[in-house]
Amino acid sequence: MTIATELRTETGRGRGWEGFVDGPWQTRIDVRDFIQRNYTPYDGDSAFLAGPTERTSALWRRVSSLFPEEREKGVYDVDWHTPAGITAHAPGYIDRANELIVGLQTDAPLKRAMMPNGGWRMVENALETYGYPVDPMLKKVFTEYRKTHNQGVFDAYPPSVRAARSSHVITGLPDAYGRGRIIGDYRRVALYGVDALIADKRNDRALLDRQPASEDIIRAREENSEQIRALQELGQMAASYGFDISQPATNAREAVQWTYFAYLGAVKEQNGAAMSLGRTATFLDIYLERDLARGDLTESQAQELIDDFVIKLRIVRFLRTPEYDALFSGDPTWVTESLAGMGDDGRPLVTKTTFRYLQTLYNLGPAPEPNLTVLWSDRLPEGFKRFAAQVSIDTSAIQYESDHHIREWWGDDAAIACCVSPMRVGKQMQFFGARVNLAKTLLYAINGGRDEITGKQVGPAASPVDEGPLDYRDVMKRFDAEMDWLAGTYVEALNVIHYMHDKYAYERLEMALHDTDVLRTMACGIAGLSVAADSLSAIKYARVVPVFDERGIVVDFDTTGDFPTFGNDDDRVDAIARDLVERFMEKLRAYPTYRDALHTQSVLTITSNVVYGKATGNTPDGRRRGEPFAPGANPMNGRDTHGMLASALSVAKLAYDDAQDGISLTNTVVPSGLGRTKEEQVTNLVGLLDAYTGSDGYHMNVNVLNRETLEDAMEHPEKYPQLTVRVSGYAVNFVRLTREQQLDVLSRTFHGAVA
Amino acid sequence: MTATVLADLPAVELDREERLAAMRSGEVGAVHSWELVTAVDGPGTRMTTFLTGCPLRCLYCQNPDTWRMRDGTEVRADDLVARVARYRPVFEATGGGLTLSGGEPLMQPRFVARVLRGVKQLGVRTALDTSGFLGAAATDEMLDDVDLVLLDVKAGDEETYRRATGRTLRPTIDFGDRLAARGTEVWVRFVLVPGLTDAVDNVENVARIVERWPNVTRVEILPFHQLGRGKWERLDTPYALADVAPPSPELVARVRRQFEAHGLPTYVG
Repeated sequence: MTIATELRTETGRGRGWEGFVDGPWQTRIDVRDFIQRNYTPYDGDSAFLAGPTERTSALWRRVSSLFPEEREKGVYDVDWHTPAGITAHAPGYIDRANELIVGLQTDAPLKRAMMPNGGWRMVENALETYGYPVDPMLKKVFTEYRKTHNQGVFDAYPPSVRAARSSHVITGLPDAYGRGRIIGDYRRVALYGVDALIADKRNDRALLDRQPASEDIIRAREENSEQIRALQELGQMAASYGFDISQPATNAREAVQWTYFAYLGAVKEQNGAAMSLGRTATFLDIYLERDLARGDLTESQAQELIDDFVIKLRIVRFLRTPEYDALFSGDPTWVTESLAGMGDDGRPLVTKTTFRYLQTLYNLGPAPEPNLTVLWSDRLPEGFKRFAAQVSIDTSAIQYESDHHIREWWGDDAAIACCVSPMRVGKQMQFFGARVNLAKTLLYAINGGRDEITGKQVGPAASPVDEGPLDYRDVMKRFDAEMDWLAGTYVEALNVIHYMHDKYAYERLEMALHDTDVLRTMACGIAGLSVAADSLSAIKYARVVPVFDERGIVVDFDTTGDFPTFGNDDDRVDAIARDLVERFMEKLRAYPTYRDALHTQSVLTITSNVVYGKATGNTPDGRRRGEPFAPGANPMNGRDTHGMLASALSVAKLAYDDAQDGISLTNTVVPSGLGRTKEEQVTNLVGLLDAYTGSDGYHMNVNVLNRETLEDAMEHPEKYPQLTVRVSGYAVNFVRLTREQQLDVLSRTFHGAVA
Repeated sequence: MTATVLADLPAVELDREERLAAMRSGEVGAVHSWELVTAVDGPGTRMTTFLTGCPLRCLYCQNPDTWRMRDGTEVRADDLVARVARYRPVFEATGGGLTLSGGEPLMQPRFVARVLRGVKQLGVRTALDTSGFLGAAATDEMLDDVDLVLLDVKAGDEETYRRATGRTLRPTIDFGDRLAARGTEVWVRFVLVPGLTDAVDNVENVARIVERWPNVTRVEILPFHQLGRGKWERLDTPYALADVAPPSPELVARVRRQFEAHGLPTYVG
């Protein structure tokens, strides 16, 4: 729908775009084209990097001195008067005189804002939990006058969805909180300024106005108006900090600032489950290089800008409930930044600023946010590969995703939202769909649709299995039918959720920073894959006799004999896991989606593997009721006995084509498991990542940790304020996890060098 | 519930006669398990395959479940080679390869020779992890297919060696001399057990033996640990080192300095 737009190029050509290579990006919104024509690949090593300046360290100390109180109380402060919005709060600073990049979500650092459009209940619960008053007028507004997303969803849910939801066979649905996982192309504000972006949206509007007012067109027109309004408010917000962002940024500091303002506008207004940043490093590098070449910046000053930007990204906060935090582990924001990767033309998208982003983990110490994600390819320059591996070994704060898979499907300007969800920046968004519990579904299949814990009929009624050993073909037939029902119920729930989210909690600024026509995906997901696969393997290769209780429900299994388990590069069971992923994907595709979204799915649990396990009875693989699942696509703890790579190669067999929203694998290795010396550890980690992605692996979290360190951190959290561990798809502050989650991390397979 | 230790490396089902013939010819061997490991058992990521059967009875053995050949699963050499072929890209990416370990792989020299030959034909690098006690069983043709020998020099004098292993040191020295003469690359491994192998003189003696071999590119000191203890208990075998603590960092540092003083590149594993 975008027509060739005459951008305000006269101004841009003046100062903002001086020295840049001309191209189509000047006449249409096309950040990728700008990057490709202007970036400088860097194939050297990390020797050029600068450490933190005294100013940076002082600023970081000042913010981090607030963390202990925040950790203790759960929140540092809350503005309980003002519903959030792009312009709702007066400017806020950490230390105004010493900040290079400015802007906070509210008027003070770590002060959280209420974002009631997702649902009032979550806001009210959070206020009560943390001891803040509830403003009766606001409550009246958001319960009587202004409908929220949450209310809308429950007005339209059918009983089948409610039943599946309350039995936890479908869980974590974004029906009471912001869906997130939408990445605005925040770079557009720096490259074009908001005036040009508004002009472009007005052009799109003119086209929409010419089309007959069908429901789709009416919605698109309304959204367009909202987007323009959001961009105007963004300009006002920046102005309140003393910046005019109507025109393109003219230097590196402005480019970082403009980009950050755009992101800040989004997190001022939306409490999305994941509020990811996109792919900004190589874009910003172009500005940094220009200033460095002009002699306007030194390396140390360039690093300072990135360090300051990252400080801001580290203190993004949302007002959420403890239950929400328990589900997601700690207080995640998923400010995911995608780094490196290859360009379509074969040049690596690694620049010096790619290194500078990683360097923040040294300059400021390790931290879970921003969620630094390296798009890995064996073709990346050796110097970068080694530096990334070194940072992983030192900080455990990086995750890796296959550049090959992402580029093949989504091009070379795609970024990860949340943990593993790839999307073309500014051209694609997703309807986040949480996940279904596949292990529990298998138990439903065995029990004729009845819940193994409550005994309620949740799935379609069928006869339960007979007494005596389970027959693999019979169980698969039942499981297949149960999956059919599950897929239908699940897509139904997601359609309702996203219809209502668009209606009541539309991400107007994030979508203003997208093309008007975007590709939407319906991002479904599965949990408990390794439990389901191992259970089916037990049924197929060993002898599994169901144990019925007095209600006639199978509540346990008597499993005898040996059976292959997922995570040992054993095709007999890996094929079962692969088939489950493919099978469920096919079933999902059969159900039409809201706004014709493209069906995708992920094999990802974040850390909710603990709560999914809690809600699931005994399984045929020998897992006991309540025991956590493995995270993401991981093999079950302790069953992957053939080493870390064999474990990873099993996961690599899951077809990305059937899980385009990502397949998550978390690995923990003790340092000596990678080598005797640091040099050797770096070489071997690079080799492992090459081998894994070369074998079609999609994602790998790498923790390089000693068990003793974690045990000590559980006992003495004060000694480890920054200890970062990677869980399914993102990093957490270990000391902020619940004890249960800490134990789960500890129980995971540590791949070591015990020969 | 136990995981199948061989994953889908198929077990051979043969009658007694066929089995004996196949074992004699080396077409079939007794295998305990395999694992893809990194940074142990040679460079890069390796498929370490543990064979069963060992002539030594080291007091500190971490794998007493590999002592008896009959405790292994019979596997065809060809199937093992096919498994290795599957990991060729992994070995290329990491600079790794196959390591045959045990047990004592040279208890099954024909099987070992056959596997090494097959693997070399794939262009994959090989390592042999051995005490050298049965070095005489390794033919020159077999050693032509070995890129690296991980040679355990468990003690530096006969008395300590016998105490630690129940056998004699001489064959290990002879095998080391032979590898030196051939120019086969060797990593020497020395398990440091407090009270058993940690005497200054013993370490000196080991270092003196090793420094004569110019083909040794590294010495790995492996500090004793108690992770194998459970296996001894499960096998109901008396375990003499039940009360021995791992060596202190100071002791490890001293031993390392001793090796380094002989000009040996030394690592602690």
